[in-house]
Amino acid sequence: MKEADLVVIGGGPAGLCAAISAAKSGSKVLIIERNKDFGGQLVKQTHMFFGSEKQYASTRGIDIKEILVNELKMLYENVKVMMDSTVVGMYEDGVITILHKEDNYFKIKPKAIVVATGAFEKYLAFPNNDLPGIYGAGAVQTLMNVYGVKPGKKVLMVGAGNIGLIVSYQLMQAGVEVVAILDAAPKIGGYLVHASKIRRMGVPILTSHTVKEAIGKDCLEKVIVCKVNDKFEQISDTEKEFNVDVMCISVGLTPLNELLSMRGCEMKYVPQLSGSVPVRNDNYETSIENVFVAGDACGIEEASSAMVEGYLAGLCAAAKIGHKSNDYEVKRAEFEKQLYNLRSGPVGQKILIGIEQIVNR
Amino acid sequence: MFEQTGIPSKDMIMEKFPLVDRINRGPVAVVECYKEIPCNPCQTACKLDAIKVGTDINSVPKVNFENCSGCGICLSKCPGLAIMIVDGSKSNYTVEVKIPYEFLPLPKKDEIVKGLDREGNYITDAKVLKILNPKSFDRTPIITIEIDRKYLYDIRNIKVEV
Repeated sequence: MKEADLVVIGGGPAGLCAAISAAKSGSKVLIIERNKDFGGQLVKQTHMFFGSEKQYASTRGIDIKEILVNELKMLYENVKVMMDSTVVGMYEDGVITILHKEDNYFKIKPKAIVVATGAFEKYLAFPNNDLPGIYGAGAVQTLMNVYGVKPGKKVLMVGAGNIGLIVSYQLMQAGVEVVAILDAAPKIGGYLVHASKIRRMGVPILTSHTVKEAIGKDCLEKVIVCKVNDKFEQISDTEKEFNVDVMCISVGLTPLNELLSMRGCEMKYVPQLSGSVPVRNDNYETSIENVFVAGDACGIEEASSAMVEGYLAGLCAAAKIGHKSNDYEVKRAEFEKQLYNLRSGPVGQKILIGIEQIVNR
Repeated sequence: MFEQTGIPSKDMIMEKFPLVDRINRGPVAVVECYKEIPCNPCQTACKLDAIKVGTDINSVPKVNFENCSGCGICLSKCPGLAIMIVDGSKSNYTVEVKIPYEFLPLPKKDEIVKGLDREGNYITDAKVLKILNPKSFDRTPIITIEIDRKYLYDIRNIKVEV
């Protein structure tokens, strides 16, 4: 069995930042990433980020990935990476099991772990929702922005949160027609600057609307939508038809953290954080000692805050296993200030209420 | 309605515009950012202290039109593409407008393109005066167009016919 100082599970924005700050503190870090490339969702985010300079605002997600990976390379003496490797188990004795390239299965016992596994997409129930041509927004983004493949000709976007709005914009950049964006909520969920940006391209946004059914023989041909009332019940005789070959479902994300449940971490269902999340302390340490968490795995937010959480969790995890950097207090205060700033507006209210329910002080 | 449609009302738009007198004196930024979100690159980009978000990064940016030179650096830095530059100093009949434009094909100089409003409706023809796309703009080209002055408050986008 291999031994390691600190294992970071997941090489997305939170995981990369956790690894950077832990390695800077002097800890030996091993990052385990399931894909062939780092960056998580950053690799398909061609749009500029919000936030401040400290979270690389105005920089495109695809470029933030490069910045973080280059920073990691500078720390090569303290960092090892294991790509194409999935952590499949976390056990009571602190051992984690890893499957590398589907054929090599082995164990590691690290001193501490930062779980930065991210999130997965929610789906929507309606008749024929399994027809080819109906995609999750992440799949559409991967097709277009990673592989350069257009998903289709005409798209109906379901969901007016930031992802739905941004992916609609990216579809139009790729030359795909977006016929409408609909959302069951009475208001647009994403940033209104994104909504305005798409609206002035001529795309209608239909709030209080849902998908009634998808129609098609071998693949999607038509979508019937209808209005919903304030209880999200479908209102009869309000149907509209859209002839589209693609429907893109973008109805939110849920924290991906089964490994933490498996390990026995105390979990709590918190709607404001979009799912079941681990109870933790201010150091991002879960109820199991030396198991830390950061990013969407502990509550759905933005990549900007996921990165800061990563820096913070990496710093604290390194300190916990004996690599407390000289400027620990200064850095900690700085990261906490950044998180406070990002969450102090109306957008952050929901997140703060959620965090209040899971942090043991 | 804005929160249902993404289309700001006429009143909301007018609040973001400087007085005509200022527009007639030369280029000036119009920052159409209406809702509090954690974001401040416009402030970071402006070297003239013309855009202030302040210490709370969630505050809506405020423009000091007297400090603003209309340089346009903020245009390609805004992740929401919410900023444009208007200039009424060139003629009594037309205005020049600079907008960020992230689509292909880019228009060509002197080309006539469709001028669109905030709902994407065609309102007037627009003449393309300049296309700026240096590396520092990071793939957000800035297009300068000339339009009839009466569409000053309506113009917000262009469509390039393929």
